[in-house]
Amino acid sequence: MKVLVPIKRVADANVKVRVKSDNTGMDLNNVKMAVNPFCEIAIEEALRLREAGKAEEVVAVSVGPEVCKEQLRTCLALGADRAILVECDSDLPPLAIAKILKAVYDKEQPGLVLLGKQSIDGDNGQTGQMLAALANLPQGTFASELSVEGDKVTVVREIDGGLQTLSLTVPAVITTDLRLNEPRYASLPNIMKAKKKPMDTLTLEELGVSAGSSVETLSVEPPAERKAGIIVENVEELVDKLRNEAKVIS
Amino acid sequence: MSILVVAEHDNSELKPVTLNVMAAATAIGGDIDILVAGGNCSQVADQAAQVAGVTRVILADNSAYEHQLAENIAALVLEVSSGYSHILTGHTTAGKNFLPRVAALMDVSQISDIVAVESVDTFKRPIYAGNGIATVKSGDSVKVLSVRGTGFDPVAATGGSASVETLASVHELGISSFVGEEIAKSERPELTAASIVISGGRGMQNGENFALLEAIADKLGAGIGASRAAVDAGFVPNDMQVGQTGKIVAPDLYIAVGISGAIQHLAGMKDSKVIVAINKDEDAPIFQIADYGLVADLFNVLPELEQLL
Repeated sequence: MKVLVPIKRVADANVKVRVKSDNTGMDLNNVKMAVNPFCEIAIEEALRLREAGKAEEVVAVSVGPEVCKEQLRTCLALGADRAILVECDSDLPPLAIAKILKAVYDKEQPGLVLLGKQSIDGDNGQTGQMLAALANLPQGTFASELSVEGDKVTVVREIDGGLQTLSLTVPAVITTDLRLNEPRYASLPNIMKAKKKPMDTLTLEELGVSAGSSVETLSVEPPAERKAGIIVENVEELVDKLRNEAKVIS
Repeated sequence: MSILVVAEHDNSELKPVTLNVMAAATAIGGDIDILVAGGNCSQVADQAAQVAGVTRVILADNSAYEHQLAENIAALVLEVSSGYSHILTGHTTAGKNFLPRVAALMDVSQISDIVAVESVDTFKRPIYAGNGIATVKSGDSVKVLSVRGTGFDPVAATGGSASVETLASVHELGISSFVGEEIAKSERPELTAASIVISGGRGMQNGENFALLEAIADKLGAGIGASRAAVDAGFVPNDMQVGQTGKIVAPDLYIAVGISGAIQHLAGMKDSKVIVAINKDEDAPIFQIADYGLVADLFNVLPELEQLL
């Protein structure tokens, strides 16, 4: 079985990204970029499936400008067998990305598509489910456990209030949640080896997909600032303030 | 305008978030219908019919919908969607699961996690863990929206008298099936609906120490949350995670205990009315947004706090 892992290049999770002064978007100048954390979990899970003999090949794919090759190269260093960049503008909405991934899915015919449950920039949380809908595949979102047996995938999902277990037919789309695994680090020899692994570039024309957006961003503003409060000296003072000043406890 | 709200429920009770979604629908304006899809869930339809501002309740009661399988629910919503200008549901794990599927089947974009309605086609939503608030305008013929519950004050659960219509068609795609679930039984209020939340972070050191928070939560009637660091460290289940990739809460009082205040955590709680931070590190970023900060060892503070409440 082949596992396709779509990944996204995003601002590093440790960077606090700020709104541009002209309010047209976020300021990504000189911001360190990385593989979206949930995508790292997806790569890791695909590698574990291969190591457990459940998958033969792990293919990483990203949709975006040429610089996304950096993050694909990271995936190769982690252990993906090959990578595909679908080269196009950045900032496409999830529906457009899902349509492009559907074309890659048709071309590659993987048994599983593993991807992050959300990207930490757009915070949309749509791409996996949209891909599943377009390809008419079952979906296991917010996975915290995954097991593949023959043509069935059992997935434990993180839902409000607890966990839900589903059985899906293969091929299927799985989106990863936090506790699915702890991603490995790339070793130096593997980083060197990754430079020789195959990385294909496809265009939207080659895939026969057009990509546009029906949603326009009119402006982006910084959130309302909270003004700093006070430091209390002890628990007694804290309880007094909560009771008599903020009046939030009785 | 004609709006379809997809109800969230557990086949016996309408979840409170549906009342917040109704408020967003009311802000858009127009006739509002509620779709209740589930198994043996007619009592939920009766509750939905009472909700203020509902015109019509559509009940799809079949075992195919009992466990909210996204494949079946999305096919159903697609069938029901005809004639509506807006389709709304909560930005919860239930809504996040099926709604993008609906949007893709309709070939329209979804606007996720809206916190404000500017007009019938323009909405506000947080991006980058809430470090930016984007105003976005949809050019689609049907607007598919998931709603952040804390962004809208709930409508009244009673006062309405909508008609209930039953839908006979069944969508069973047969590509996914329910195996089981473990739902934590708790007497405490649900995190996103609680008026007081007390959360623990890495500073709690282990899962057992969360008992110190429980004792306080019991006295305050509070929900208990955790930072991603505490979930990552295996102290508590992910269901308790407050933050960008967990739950978004905005209670009257949020007490952060042993939480440093990473931006991903702040994204999940900074709209709380009053924030208390208890941390022994006076440089912890959480103090920058706290109304009341206490620089002290939580293991001394928590027992004393419990005593004084």
